Amino acid sequence: MEKHVVVIYPHPDDEAFGASGTITKFRKEGIPVTYLCGTLGEMGRNMGNPTFANRETLPEIRKKELIEACKVLDVELQMLGYRDKTLEFESRDEVAERLKGILEKIEPSLVITHYPEHAVHPDHNAFGAAAVEAVSRMDKNKRPTVWAQAISMTHIQDLGEPDIVNDITPYLKTKMNTILAHKSQAQGMISKMKQDSEDFEATVKARLGTESFYTWKF
Amino acid sequence: MNWMEQIHIDKVQTELNRFLNKEVYVHLETTNGAYASHFDDKAYNVGAFIRNAKVTYQHAKIVGINGAYRVGLKMDIGWVYAEGINQYEVDNQNRLLMAGHDREGRLMVTLEISETPFSY
Ligand SMILES: [Zn+2]
Repeated sequence: MEKHVVVIYPHPDDEAFGASGTITKFRKEGIPVTYLCGTLGEMGRNMGNPTFANRETLPEIRKKELIEACKVLDVELQMLGYRDKTLEFESRDEVAERLKGILEKIEPSLVITHYPEHAVHPDHNAFGAAAVEAVSRMDKNKRPTVWAQAISMTHIQDLGEPDIVNDITPYLKTKMNTILAHKSQAQGMISKMKQDSEDFEATVKARLGTESFYTWKF
Repeated sequence: MNWMEQIHIDKVQTELNRFLNKEVYVHLETTNGAYASHFDDKAYNVGAFIRNAKVTYQHAKIVGINGAYRVGLKMDIGWVYAEGINQYEVDNQNRLLMAGHDREGRLMVTLEISETPFSY
């Protein structure tokens, strides 16, 4: 059984779409989970539909949504204060050192992050790489396991099948509530899924019912 | 909460004129998102932003019809230009925020003008 799980993603809502079922499973087992959220998604394109946010109000709105989502998931939240879209330009070394410092304090048994170069958004790739780098710099005996999430279209072709495939259908409701907590971001995706399909429930299950990861080999 | 409203040319022109010959901070941005080429492998990811560019403009105009407007700010040695603007608001800090959204409410372009720096 895990001792403590740390989730490292750059954007409010990455945890919702990417790992909220897995997180819920851990929380049901009483395992503490901490979310290190890199940015506030300040540069997001979704402003709600109809729009209710603008470039200047978006950070505060997304911060509230993030706090709400973490309440739904019942996880501890640390906001790291980087700026959306700029993570790949920060010093990899500095970001990794900072993450390492936080991990050494928490001493998790498992870290969940994005798979570098296979996570589509430059922030995902950069933050995932920094997280992997942070863990690799830790004392070998104290290193947590890393589950890296790949979302590129070619990841199976390039990396093979993921070794961790979590069926999270028992936790779909919590996952949906976590996604919906990110109101400004969720509306677009939900309405697209409703548009694309007659059977909304089945689509949700098919698209969101599993969460998979690659165990990182150091 | 202040919601953006549809462009009203005369009102926006008045707001643009409010900043004439003043040192102002500009946020200018255009984007088609970080996922464009993820969802369509023939698409390109394109975007640019500049935040807190300090400029002074002597002349400004908003032009266009039917929900597609262009804004140009003429400076001593150059221009600031944005196309695709369809909404605006003056926020509670008296900043002029202009933006263009697509049918799904996603931001495509924004031009914002303020006498104080935008948060960074
Ligand atoms: Zn993201």
